[in-house]
Amino acid sequence: MAIWLTKESKVIVQGMTGSEGSKHTRRMLAAGTNVVGGVNPRKAGTTVDFDGTELPVFASVADAMRETGADVTVIFVPPQFTKGAVVEAIDAQIPLAVVITEGVPVHDTASFWAYNVAKGEQTRIIGPNCPGIASPGASNAGIIPADITGSGRIGLVSKSGTLTYQMMYELRDIGFSTCVGIGGDPIIGTTHIDALAAFEADPETDAIVMIGEIGGDAEERAADFIKDNVTKPVVGYIAGFTAPPGKTMGHAGAIISGSAGTAEAKQQALEAVGVKVGKTPTETAKLMRELMSGR
Amino acid sequence: MDLYEYQGRDLFERHGLPVLAGGVATTPEEARAIAERLGGRVVVKAQVKVGGRGKAGGVKLAEGADETVARATDILGMDIKGHTVHKVMITVTADVAEEYYFSYLLDRANRTFLCIASVAGGMDIEQVAAETPDKVVKAPIDAVEGVDEAKAREIVAAAGFPAEVADQVVAVAVGLWKAFVAEDATLVEVNPLAKTGDGTMLLLDAKITLDENAGFRHPDHEALVDQAAVDPLEQAAKEKDLNYVKLDGEVGIIGNGAGLVMSTLDVVAYAGERHGNVKPANFLDIGGGASAAVMANGLEIVLSDPSVRSVFVNVFGGITACDEVANGIIQALALLEERGEKVTKPLVVRLDGNNAEAGRAILDGAGNPLVQRVDTMDGAAERAAELAAAGV
Repeated sequence: MAIWLTKESKVIVQGMTGSEGSKHTRRMLAAGTNVVGGVNPRKAGTTVDFDGTELPVFASVADAMRETGADVTVIFVPPQFTKGAVVEAIDAQIPLAVVITEGVPVHDTASFWAYNVAKGEQTRIIGPNCPGIASPGASNAGIIPADITGSGRIGLVSKSGTLTYQMMYELRDIGFSTCVGIGGDPIIGTTHIDALAAFEADPETDAIVMIGEIGGDAEERAADFIKDNVTKPVVGYIAGFTAPPGKTMGHAGAIISGSAGTAEAKQQALEAVGVKVGKTPTETAKLMRELMSGR
Repeated sequence: MDLYEYQGRDLFERHGLPVLAGGVATTPEEARAIAERLGGRVVVKAQVKVGGRGKAGGVKLAEGADETVARATDILGMDIKGHTVHKVMITVTADVAEEYYFSYLLDRANRTFLCIASVAGGMDIEQVAAETPDKVVKAPIDAVEGVDEAKAREIVAAAGFPAEVADQVVAVAVGLWKAFVAEDATLVEVNPLAKTGDGTMLLLDAKITLDENAGFRHPDHEALVDQAAVDPLEQAAKEKDLNYVKLDGEVGIIGNGAGLVMSTLDVVAYAGERHGNVKPANFLDIGGGASAAVMANGLEIVLSDPSVRSVFVNVFGGITACDEVANGIIQALALLEERGEKVTKPLVVRLDGNNAEAGRAILDGAGNPLVQRVDTMDGAAERAAELAAAGV
């Protein structure tokens, strides 16, 4: 069953005709994702061939949903157009929008998030600046490599793309139900807490790995949530113990402001609620392995 | 990007907000010209991106042009908490009757913006909030609806601004919000927002952070970058579109993906605790699908840092194929040789993920004595730290 993305999910791609969009549409198809079309108003009515799979291009998300029954959109459009693309997805009330684009101005993200809330949160937004979501063996919406791991019973939620891949690789023999990259921007749609709640409710997930990094207090709030709401075991990892204050470390949201947002504070908050936190990705994987072997 | 106070003052002025007349000087002569233009009594303020400059002697009053030159001469070149003063802002003085606080900022936790307002200004707002929380109002702002007059009145009433200044604070609140949005700021903080003796409002200080992701909408923001304060290696990296942050250790770091690179810094620092306390020398994310040219540029930047004694290349091949990365490293070393830069520092390379076996075989086949292959992240970090500690 996994969370949010299953074998039955019908995926469209906003920006499918662009270079990144077409490259990853091909990869998603190869991973077995049911990609049913793309959106580009200027190329509506045409089709694009992906190694023998002809995908139709629609004028809008609403058109694509009406014609194909799509329930997931993956957004690859450049930062200048991302807000417009997400607003279009919200207006069409598509259940899941995965925003891969990096470099979206935070005022734009705040604005489409407020719009989504005003519209009653009919659309789950993942990202921006994220690798997407993969339910190994079932479907893959975004840029997470499909061949790292097979399906299994660990759920993974992470701010970082490559640390997601690293963790999937370390635990590939056990496998994952769903891996969600929620993104490294200061404002994101889906949070650690949303993913923790969904994994807790998912009968196919037995344990959860949660990866965080410096900046903000999402991990501290996740710890609070775990305390009262999560019964499944959680193992954590935090990146950025050696990052200097005031410097943005690659991700727009990865910055220690004054004394806020440090890795130490996040680790302490998680350990205080019984989450084991690994010192390195490998040690974190080991903690999870020990946990799963006892089952 | 954090702005200097004078840049903030200019920005407020451009948006029609009330600020003191003034200018910025990098030399005592420029200070004289500004003082002559302004006339009378002025304030000379050190321009540094750190608090506590008043206590450090970086803010002085001056009467007339000669005294302004003397004060500017004192302050320029001064060291304030490790920041050298390269510029001073000179403004006319204000007759301050009361000091308030007003700011807009990003509220990550609530995925929106926040307004913080207080009638207890001129002090550290976090301290005010801790000691007298009832004097600080925090009002969430809807990113779509923003701050109109009605919303501003709500905030002004909640914060308890005196009736005689309410209309003026409302005007400042609306104008400041417009500037916040128009400039794609993530922070505008005015402390103090002052009421003068004759009852008018003035924005007396400016702390502004701009969103670099919004640079495409603001070609003018590029000019706000203080080139003199940018680390030369960071500047060189930026020109090559590399995401590089200079740190002060000895182990050069190259990796793909911000999270993995941050994690690499940590793992190297832990290993360093066992090897002469060496630390990571930099953060460098070469991103996904990095080519040989990108790897060469990255290696060139990292190796040109004189404090680097060993380099750790940590790549997890997701979309990136490790054989391409391995070829990139070999070609990069050859490219650097061609550029006449003899590479003498050892490289520890860890490749995992997509096509890792092929990548490792390429490195082994090349037989470059500088390149050492270690197949786990923790093991490679250990080796890189050990080499850095040995290679004094």
